[in-house]
Amino acid sequence: MASSSALSSAIGAARDKASARSRGPFVTIKGIRAVAARVIPPLVVLAGFLLLWQMLCSAPTAGLPPPSRVVSEAWDIIANPFFDNGGTDKGLFWHLAASLQRVALGFSLAVVAGVLLGTLVGQSEWAMRGLDPIFQVLRTIPPLAWLPLSLAAFRDGQPSAIFVIFITSIWPIIINTAVGIRNIPQDYRNVAAVIRLNPIEFFFKIMLPSAAPYIFTGLRIGVGLSWLAIVAAEMLIGGVGIGFFIWDAWNSSHISEIIVALVYVGLIGFVLDRLVAGVGLLVTRGTSAA
Amino acid sequence: MSHLTLSQVGISFTRAGKTSEVLREVDLTIAKGEFVSIIGHSGCGKSTVLNIVAGLLKASTGAVLLDGKEVNAPGPDRAVVFQNHSLLPWLTVRENVALAVDKVLAGKKSRTERAEWIEHNLALVNMMHAADKRPAEISGGMKQRVGIARALAMEPKVLLMDEPFGALDALTRAHLQDSIMEIQMRLKNTVIMITHDVDEAVLLSDRIVMMTNGPSATIGEILEVPLKRPRRRLELVEDAAYVHARAAVLEFLYARHAKPASLAA
Repeated sequence: MASSSALSSAIGAARDKASARSRGPFVTIKGIRAVAARVIPPLVVLAGFLLLWQMLCSAPTAGLPPPSRVVSEAWDIIANPFFDNGGTDKGLFWHLAASLQRVALGFSLAVVAGVLLGTLVGQSEWAMRGLDPIFQVLRTIPPLAWLPLSLAAFRDGQPSAIFVIFITSIWPIIINTAVGIRNIPQDYRNVAAVIRLNPIEFFFKIMLPSAAPYIFTGLRIGVGLSWLAIVAAEMLIGGVGIGFFIWDAWNSSHISEIIVALVYVGLIGFVLDRLVAGVGLLVTRGTSAA
Repeated sequence: MSHLTLSQVGISFTRAGKTSEVLREVDLTIAKGEFVSIIGHSGCGKSTVLNIVAGLLKASTGAVLLDGKEVNAPGPDRAVVFQNHSLLPWLTVRENVALAVDKVLAGKKSRTERAEWIEHNLALVNMMHAADKRPAEISGGMKQRVGIARALAMEPKVLLMDEPFGALDALTRAHLQDSIMEIQMRLKNTVIMITHDVDEAVLLSDRIVMMTNGPSATIGEILEVPLKRPRRRLELVEDAAYVHARAAVLEFLYARHAKPASLAA
């Protein structure tokens, strides 16, 4: 897709040069067509979906509001995401920011611990035999099942939510890092041995870059899982956060607000995934091209 | 005077309870500045000899002595040019050489001296023009040049080359062989090169070590190559000494120690 648009813009540029005297248009018909080919299909599908929803939910007996009513009812929170009346009565921005902050903390801890543990498991046969069965069992535990235990341990909602993020996202990071470390070519190890890198230099200069494509696969899965988990965890622990916001809206029967919040949750989850994938692409551009 | 000595070197591998002897009683003495090739059929353990000298494999019996000291771990005094270049794909050409130089010569040269030394070695193999490219962006021959620059930049006592040109096409290979001879004339390194190419062995070496077939491979014969340097491949084609040396190696490999048909690929 990218190459086709690049091609069409190149053709457009060539045509610009040909008609250099009369300064050709910057936006060419072909360029517009290439962009339109990518933008129009999702817009058509979205419009069709909204139309169907509108028709299905327009009956007075419908359980859910149609999109038109969602916008009119929830206009307050759509238009003012930044209000802050104290307590939990805040705009959507503050709820989302609180959730993202928890994810950032829990996920960062999971990245550090996951990469270190994954390296240990990938590097040492003994550690793999000892730890791998435990990991395989622990990783199947649903995120929310950890919440009561962490509440009992931390006696506070905030660290418990962060712990749930941590414990949810760490497994794919550990497992993918271990696979990446195990797949470091013997050649790289030989090079490191000949120039006598010490273990710390070996970790930073050979292991991390060599395993980076695998690590980022784990990070992408991990960040997705942690965003899934935080919404559920916040419904239970309360306080400021998008999960609590949704639960609170349900308790006050503000179905339209729930739908608006879900749209935001989906969009932010998408952005988080793209963000990690983008950083991964940037960091591993040399390795994956090999 | 012996610079590098292999004394009664043997190695066995045990896999699934079965022990197989790959090398036995390898005895070899190499003088300073000598260029020695090890040639043999594939699977005879010639790369194993090199890996033992490099310290990447441990000999089961015997020992390797470099300047009278026993070798039992890898180190930059025995730099290796690997068969498949082994450049780190996430580093540029210059960074690949720098990784080795900055680690190995950290105590010997200042930061600016090291930077100059990196450039010097890249220039030695004519790779200055691609110093900022990544390995994926350069040809196989260029990658091998960088591998050679990285090894030379460590200022090794012995340069070990494991079929350095095996994966290259014939023209590129000839070009690199000429480069190696030219660099060797200047630096007078001690070199051990593994090869399966008879012409390459005769052209480059002062002595050719011919290995018998495995299992339990050992040195079958050592041939002196009495050719003056600089050697030029075109002039050598008709040279009596060259033709004789070439015939001797061919005779060893294909008449006396032909690869058993059951093992030939």
